[in-house]
Amino acid sequence: MNYSPRQLGDLTPTNPNSRQGLLAVFHIDLPLLVGLLLLCGFGLIVLYSASGENLGQVERQAVRIVLAFFVMLAIAQISPGTLRRWSPSLYAIGVLMLVAVLVFGEVGKGAQRWLDLGIVRFQPSEMVKLAVPLMIAWFLAEQRLPPRWRRLLIAAVLIVIPVLLIAKQPDLGTALLVASAGIFVLFLAGISWRLIGALAVGGAAAAPVVWYLMRDYQRQRVLTFLDPENDPLGAGYHIIQSKIAIGSGGLYGKGWLNGTQSQLDFLPERHTDFIFAVLAEEFGLIGVLILLALYLFVIARGLYIATRAQDTFTRLLAGSLILEFFVYLFVNTGMVSGLLPVVGVPLPLVSYGGTSLVTLMAGFGMLMSIHTHRRLLPT
Amino acid sequence: MQLKDTIRESQGFLNRAIVAGMLVVAAVLLLVWRMLQLQIVNHEHFTTLSRENRVKVVPVPPTRGLIYDSRGVLLAQNRPAYSLEITPEQVEDLDDVLSELGKVIEIGDEDLERFWQLKKRKRRFDSVPIRVNLSPDETAQFAVHRHRFPGVDIKAQLLRHYPHDIKTTHVLGYVGRVSQRDLEQIDASNYAGTSHIGKNGVEKTYESALHGSVGYEQIEINAAGRKVRTLEQTPPEPGVDIHLHLDIALQEVAMKAFGDNNGAIVAINPQNGGVLAFVSQPGYDPNLFVEGISRKDYDALQKDINRPLYNRALRGQYPPGSTVKPFMGLAGLEYGVIQFDSSVYCPGFFQLPGNTHRYRDWKKTGHGPMDLDAAIVQSCDVFFYKLAYDLGVDRLHEFLGQFGFGDRTGIDLTGESTGLLPSRQWKRRSRNQPWYPGETLIMGIGQGYFLTTPLQLAAATAAIANDGSYYTPHVVDYLRSRESGEITPIPPTSEQIPKSLQHNWEDVRNGMVNVVESPRGTAKRIRSKDYRIAGKTGTAQVFTVAQDEDYDEDEIDKRLRDHALFIAYAPVENPQIAIAVVVENGGHGGSTAAPIARQVIDAYLLRDQAPSEESSELQPTPAR
Repeated sequence: MNYSPRQLGDLTPTNPNSRQGLLAVFHIDLPLLVGLLLLCGFGLIVLYSASGENLGQVERQAVRIVLAFFVMLAIAQISPGTLRRWSPSLYAIGVLMLVAVLVFGEVGKGAQRWLDLGIVRFQPSEMVKLAVPLMIAWFLAEQRLPPRWRRLLIAAVLIVIPVLLIAKQPDLGTALLVASAGIFVLFLAGISWRLIGALAVGGAAAAPVVWYLMRDYQRQRVLTFLDPENDPLGAGYHIIQSKIAIGSGGLYGKGWLNGTQSQLDFLPERHTDFIFAVLAEEFGLIGVLILLALYLFVIARGLYIATRAQDTFTRLLAGSLILEFFVYLFVNTGMVSGLLPVVGVPLPLVSYGGTSLVTLMAGFGMLMSIHTHRRLLPT
Repeated sequence: MQLKDTIRESQGFLNRAIVAGMLVVAAVLLLVWRMLQLQIVNHEHFTTLSRENRVKVVPVPPTRGLIYDSRGVLLAQNRPAYSLEITPEQVEDLDDVLSELGKVIEIGDEDLERFWQLKKRKRRFDSVPIRVNLSPDETAQFAVHRHRFPGVDIKAQLLRHYPHDIKTTHVLGYVGRVSQRDLEQIDASNYAGTSHIGKNGVEKTYESALHGSVGYEQIEINAAGRKVRTLEQTPPEPGVDIHLHLDIALQEVAMKAFGDNNGAIVAINPQNGGVLAFVSQPGYDPNLFVEGISRKDYDALQKDINRPLYNRALRGQYPPGSTVKPFMGLAGLEYGVIQFDSSVYCPGFFQLPGNTHRYRDWKKTGHGPMDLDAAIVQSCDVFFYKLAYDLGVDRLHEFLGQFGFGDRTGIDLTGESTGLLPSRQWKRRSRNQPWYPGETLIMGIGQGYFLTTPLQLAAATAAIANDGSYYTPHVVDYLRSRESGEITPIPPTSEQIPKSLQHNWEDVRNGMVNVVESPRGTAKRIRSKDYRIAGKTGTAQVFTVAQDEDYDEDEIDKRLRDHALFIAYAPVENPQIAIAVVVENGGHGGSTAAPIARQVIDAYLLRDQAPSEESSELQPTPAR
């Protein structure tokens, strides 16, 4: 760690003798750090309004953010090599705990997600959000890319197992995130376009068959899922109110703390899954664009880190982690604005709540580790 | 080579990363386009909506389906009831209003307790009942003071009522307020406007059909939250009516026939498994539970020594006693262990080879030489000890299992017991002990570990009457939509018990006929001149008599007296009803249980022929 890369000239990413020294010692990537801090800060401002000016809630969230940043820092210190060695065990532990949740887990809000470990309550599906990209990246990096058929098939099974376990809890949102993280590894590993095309065509062809096989009530559920406004007492109510909130925000918004939809209780879950609607109502299109720009900046930096990574494992891992983050963002905003069906996914780094925050920041810790542990080879 | 690969891989990755980046940008652009659409293009529209966000979506609960008996008598109906409800959002100081309200209308501690509990689960703008079942006087009294209580209103709703109260409880069950636990198991939005849900019996099993689907109204409300007009409406889909196989008149006869005894009767139509009568004595009034039973009433029910809450017909587990003998005889014939005319000498006891223990017959002096028919007619124990010994526990278990013993029948009621059909594996598993031959003997006369429910006995009897067709008993005959009149039958399901020889079944049935028809039969006193009954009496020991002691009925506390059992079907030529009667602590099956069965069978078979004095009383009382 004290080895100075100076002698190798400008190929080095960090320069311990400059003011960046401290950042290098702690394996911090400055652009990413700044992007994340801005996002979390913006989030707290919106949360203050969304929580009904509840300072206590904002404080609690701030404490969580600080904790999550420490988790990120801690993980950034772990070298990618170590991460790689741990991958299979982390994955195995994650899957075992998912099974345990289904068997012994606690039921909260109608779904079984929590595992009570005596002192702490733990949500294994959160850990799996990281364990699956780690595992698939490890598995595919074992051999030359692009992966052969057999590898691909095994990788698909490795993705499907935890996804099904999570979907069974039932937690469709997380299942979707985990599935997408795994699939992104496969995509980045270079599976052929022909295969991607075949899968897409196959899926489209299978849909009518599945539809035909379904019972009436199952079809009804799918229809409600696709068009929640058919169900104005359930999911549809959220969407109707959230669209009114966003639309009435206009270009400039109604101003901080002045969103009538949000402040008058019309908008449900406004400090958690639907916080984006509060932002859109109070800060308008301009606020939305600023938020999206921040997200895009973080995602761009993540993708850059992935392309600069030096081996297959870190490349695949970094790429899939940042794309998983993107899916988070897109599923949430798409849902709140009525583009996508309602799936319970929070707005990353902004929604109130600690569990997903810690997982996300742990992922960013890995990105920083990947970027700052690079060996000095010409790339 | 290695390096080349690395470079190629890295290049491939870069390509994919660029594609991914483009996807991200495309998705964000899609999102921005959506935002433009909502926030710029349709901004005016949404601004109007938000300014006038006085639109409230309120659920309109469906009307619960009614329940009828087989002859169209109404068993469960919906009656208008008035309750006093508070909308917390519109009340400034809830405690203050509650105490003021208490001066106008009586509000008990239990009302308050329920109010605070329900309030926790509802949204602030939902009304919460503080008093239910207001009398007309109370309604008028509140109307006078209404102006003093904004946010407090009288609400009319339909409340479940069971006009035949105690006669139907153990079949229909009842509805009660939707609890937190119920909410976790149902589609909460479908119950948005519904206050009650089936908790038990038919009300629970057929909950989704009875409930229907919720409708909703988009209404415009004024600042006080009161409805101004309806903007849009989707009517609810009312629940479906249910028609039972059950005959309430028969049910009433059965309950009367029981007198003060505790016990159960199940009567089944052998031709389709439909449950004609289903009685567990004593019963209780289900109407108490509809609006939440008071703690005092509930305690009284729970502490009652006769255990009225206990559904004996469905959950009671009794040794079948001698009622198992026809099944035993059939097993012997079908496995070829005995012939119809095989004779056994009964000296009054049976001994296992090499063992001095005497397994006693109920008749100390013995029955003398016995063939199967005589053994069934006189209920000789020794004959069946020997038969059980020759068959062995494994074959017994296999054969009796086919008649549904030891397993749930699958009736459309919840909470059924399995009974217990013992086997070697069961004993090893549950007690970690081997099976002893003596236990086979005891099992052969329906005692020992062997337990059956009255429902199982009735279904098994129906299968004997029915030549081995075992119908799954069911209470509901068909569902009928009130709107379209469309009828959805609940089709009977049956399974054929394998038969080796047809005349074996006839032999056993003849034995059962002679139990009633023969002058030596244990149930000869219920012989009818109008039709022929086939039956079998049984007596189930509640406690064990020591080897050399005598069992003296009069000396024993009533609760330790034997249970009396009787199974039967009639008419013999064309069975229309199969019945099982258990009279707890009733003594002998022939003297207490059989006459009850006879009254029920009479009421069923002769109902249209001779309207006697008695049967005029049996007419269902119209709902008041």
